[in-house]
Amino acid sequence: MAFALSPEREQLAAQILTRYPDPRAACIPLLHLCQQQHGWCSPEVIDYVARRIGVSTAHVLGVVTFYTSLFQKPHPPNVVWVCRTLSCDLRGAKVIQEHLERRLGCRPGGRSKDGKFALKKAECLAACGGAPVVQINDRYYENLTLAELDRILDEIAARTAAVEPSEPRHQEPDAGGAA
Amino acid sequence: MTLEMRYLTARYDVPDAHRLEVAERHGAYAAARKALTQMTPEQIREEVKAAHIRGRGGAGFPMGVKWGFLRPAPGQQVYLVVNADEGEPGTFKDRSIMERDPHRLVEGCIIACRAIGAHRCWIYVRCELALAMQRLDEAIAAARARGYLGPRPFGVPHEIEIFTHPGAGAYICGEETALLESLEGRRGEPRLKPPFPAVRGAFGMPTIVNNVESIAHLPDVITMGGAAFAALGRLPGEGGTRLYGVSGHVKKPGIYEAPSGITLRELIYDLGGGMLHEDRPLKAVIPGGSSTPLIPASLVVHAPAPSHPLHAWHGKSALDVPMGVETFRALGSMLGTCGAIVMDSSVSMVEVARNLMRFYAHESCGQCTPCREGTGWLVDIMDRICEGRGRPEDVALLVDVSNDMMGNTICALADGTAMPMLALVKYFHEEFLEAVRGGARDRRLDDSTRALVGGAP
Repeated sequence: MAFALSPEREQLAAQILTRYPDPRAACIPLLHLCQQQHGWCSPEVIDYVARRIGVSTAHVLGVVTFYTSLFQKPHPPNVVWVCRTLSCDLRGAKVIQEHLERRLGCRPGGRSKDGKFALKKAECLAACGGAPVVQINDRYYENLTLAELDRILDEIAARTAAVEPSEPRHQEPDAGGAA
Repeated sequence: MTLEMRYLTARYDVPDAHRLEVAERHGAYAAARKALTQMTPEQIREEVKAAHIRGRGGAGFPMGVKWGFLRPAPGQQVYLVVNADEGEPGTFKDRSIMERDPHRLVEGCIIACRAIGAHRCWIYVRCELALAMQRLDEAIAAARARGYLGPRPFGVPHEIEIFTHPGAGAYICGEETALLESLEGRRGEPRLKPPFPAVRGAFGMPTIVNNVESIAHLPDVITMGGAAFAALGRLPGEGGTRLYGVSGHVKKPGIYEAPSGITLRELIYDLGGGMLHEDRPLKAVIPGGSSTPLIPASLVVHAPAPSHPLHAWHGKSALDVPMGVETFRALGSMLGTCGAIVMDSSVSMVEVARNLMRFYAHESCGQCTPCREGTGWLVDIMDRICEGRGRPEDVALLVDVSNDMMGNTICALADGTAMPMLALVKYFHEEFLEAVRGGARDRRLDDSTRALVGGAP
């Protein structure tokens, strides 16, 4: 089924396209917009963006595969990025990662047992002064301790359970082969 | 007397400084108004030249000189692109500007657009910085509504529009031509130079790419005058204050504004509050982002010749050399972004090498073989050394691979990988040899901080 943006996002997309002398420049902003709605850059999303900016789907797929924040597969509603670059590692990032692995029951690249979280290792999040740093969805959590991290995860897990039924995630069972 | 100064950071602690009316009550947009209504573009450019701003993105290129490369042909648009793709490990200053005083950046963009004749400006922000992006979008919209942007900013018929543009998670897009590729909607693979962006940049047009902090200094340059701004710095040719970052094993990690040309000792022990644990002294410091070769605490300046740029510091500790573009080059390192990573005596330099090499291998764009393969090789070698499977020839091999990467690629990522690797091996040669001989076993980097986080000691 062809992908379509919601009316509000469609309006935003039209506005984004006016920002550049060449519509192809809207590639990444549009992919972000679609991903916000759809959860990942599915083949349908890639088709949609390619048509919208007048390039081949191969071009857009090439862009998607280049950037780590553009997801090539469906993923759980919350993404936990643990920064493991030097400044964070000097301030205990490995302890944070080990704790996350235990608590979520998965390794980086995997998903938590309850399906609510994806765990990923991040390269430098440019918040070295607040090390150790974890990014969950759009937010940074700095100067973390394990107790603080637990509190944050509890809160997000509770919130996620509550919103999930009214906002189903798109989990195409046959997708993901492109990666 | 404290080292800290509050020019660029003057509104950092003002509550709600990200809102236009608050920022304006505290001086925002007075400089832009002055630049647009009382100065010619030439006059602005002269003040910026006199300010001696060395680009704050890491390369340290003089801002005024960069602007001077613009020679647009008749009918060509000129574009301003602001590099807010901060991601060099150890560097975290630009985010603070965008989150805490976004109007300073918008004001700087207005001044720069007027000076270089640009009508369009894109701020390329790494997408992880959601709050920074939101604050900038709000600041741009507010400034536009007030008539500071649009067809006639401050009533002057010089149209200026500013847009934010999100990255998507790629360190390489901080390289200015990779950033332009990404801005145009492609994979972030750096371009061959020349032509430089000032000749052929965004959308084929002459383009100036400046770092966030460089642009954020412009309001002060206009308010004070270029010469007075330059005089805030301690080194000739490197003017103004700048943002220093300090992270790792210090008591007070963070961002501090201080004059250009303070010393690493001042950065670590004064601004950074000193070493985290009194019983764990400084072992080494990476001075300005992870691509700048590290400086061991024991390094002493050897410059007996009077003509040597560091002769004045001959026999003194490297920690007492002023942090400048030229001085740190002479020291065998680089100034970079002044984001220092401080490491105490608990740190294994072999593990530091593995950590950094993993970063670069992950972030190499893969375009050039020496970088794509070289960074992978360095990780493989470091992995086996750290896991106790090192071979006698491995330390020499690290040097060999690094040397083969240097200067053989389109952009500086390979050099930025090889230089810190070579410095690590040079200054901590014994430690590397011992790791190979003695079968190192995954030494952790967080020995001195595990307890602080709440982990088992």
